[in-house]
Amino acid sequence: MTFSSVLPAPDVVSQSGNTMVLSMGPQHPSTHGVLQLVLEIESENVVKVDPEIGYLHTGIEKSCEGLFWTQAQTLVERMDYLAPSSNALCYALVVEKLLGITDRIPERAQIIRVLQMELTRIASHCVWLGTHGIDLGAISVFFYCFDLRENILDLQEAAGGARMHPNYIRVGGLNGDLPDGYLAKLDALIEKFPGRMRELRGLLQANPIFQDRTIDVGILSPEEALAWSVTGPALRASGIAYDVRKAFPYSGYETYDFDVPTRIEGDAYARFLVRLDEMDQAMRIIEQCRKRLDAPGPVVIDDPKVALPPKETIALSMEALIHHFKLISEGFRVPPGDVYQAVEGPRGELGYYIVSDGENRPYRVRTRPPSLYNLQALKGIGPGNLIADLVVMIGSLDPVFGEVDR
Amino acid sequence: MTVSPGHFMLARVDDVARWAQSSSVWPLTMGLACCAIEMMSVTSAEYDIARLGSEVFRSSPRQADLMIVSGRVAQKMGPVVKRLYDQMADPKWVISMGACASSGGVFDNYAVIQGIDTIVPVDVYVPGCPPTPDGLLYAVNLIQQQIREGGRGGIVASA
Repeated sequence: MTFSSVLPAPDVVSQSGNTMVLSMGPQHPSTHGVLQLVLEIESENVVKVDPEIGYLHTGIEKSCEGLFWTQAQTLVERMDYLAPSSNALCYALVVEKLLGITDRIPERAQIIRVLQMELTRIASHCVWLGTHGIDLGAISVFFYCFDLRENILDLQEAAGGARMHPNYIRVGGLNGDLPDGYLAKLDALIEKFPGRMRELRGLLQANPIFQDRTIDVGILSPEEALAWSVTGPALRASGIAYDVRKAFPYSGYETYDFDVPTRIEGDAYARFLVRLDEMDQAMRIIEQCRKRLDAPGPVVIDDPKVALPPKETIALSMEALIHHFKLISEGFRVPPGDVYQAVEGPRGELGYYIVSDGENRPYRVRTRPPSLYNLQALKGIGPGNLIADLVVMIGSLDPVFGEVDR
Repeated sequence: MTVSPGHFMLARVDDVARWAQSSSVWPLTMGLACCAIEMMSVTSAEYDIARLGSEVFRSSPRQADLMIVSGRVAQKMGPVVKRLYDQMADPKWVISMGACASSGGVFDNYAVIQGIDTIVPVDVYVPGCPPTPDGLLYAVNLIQQQIREGGRGGIVASA
């Protein structure tokens, strides 16, 4: 391939009047991925911020249209790679709604789904906190965070077979039950968590340097947040207690006891506090899941038209063998229709709008990635600040470019 | 052989230089996608790439020896990767981390470059989606081995 067919990298520096145009990224240690910010600056002050996205455009939505309903799930997990389970769950929920099997998902599968969602939330916030710390010069936070994250990845690997993209949540339930020894590991994590959170809070929460860098930086008013369609911790730090888990419960979230942490300041420090509180709340939900997991039960829907029959029946039953063959070779068909469903991902309202035309492949998969909308707010809160503060703002909005660019 | 203070060791300059060079392969801070998170895990306490002398991630390509292409390279990112590679000072090495960087992976479509070896020369490919941190550590090991054996790009490589 030659490069005459692709765009040249943009001109990095040009001049107009007293201001200067400066390109920040796409390779920059503090843009959390491949974000390019085209800044108009007057000495150190930012006059205008223009986020230039698309450096990670992967064509996932288009690729999904060529794959079976179950195969597409592999791709959607790679959108928000810090929270693959959230994407997998949201996609599965939409397809289940289209199939009309939402009410028939087994209880145990629902509990494990919630467990995965909350584990992935903590893991994602660990990466956010670690990198946010590095941006501000607090290196050791990163090591504490990644140690905690490593425990969660071990659990994901045990359940789904892969550290980062377990593909564990499937249409109709789960890939399989939790393996032996999983609950003991989970218990160990539950026991370790409060101490680790105390350490993380101890490192940053009352740290004067951290407070100096984050308090009153990047203030997002509630009106602005709504105007930019900001969701998730960034919205809740501006005083609006919108959480999809409470507003439109799914997978039995209405049966769990948890709070939605909010702050009214709307600055980077408030977003930091909201996320830390959210990690505590996530652990509260995990503890409730753990109590419910003692009772065994099926983890996948008993419907051979959607989910694979148990492996041991294939050698015994002709019907099971046929269903297995059909599901693997041509997948299942989904009745025509369109559904929008959202879940509360670590970054906010993660939604999928999927259209089916009755085939064994999706007709259209449209994602509502929370990061894309949250990132837009940077245009509003960025101007008038120093370049160094911009780094804090990007970190506090926690964008993931896999889902911004898709 | 017993070594105690005051003793001398004799070695060939090549060997000492290669040993020193292979123990300080500094990677470029360039995270692209999912693999970048595993690349960060490599620096964490659990895997600790500092044992290999490669924990110093440099943000400027001018100071980096090793480019870890961690993730899918979109058509728009391709020229940037190429430019960064060109900006790195010789000798330099490239690790293609993960299925996407090596071959496009699951994304066989219009948006993703089907293997970064169409843009930059690759020394080591790491399989996986994403590869485990152990996989990346092994890749860095292979780069070190290449340097010690006087392969491409060594300080005193005899080609």
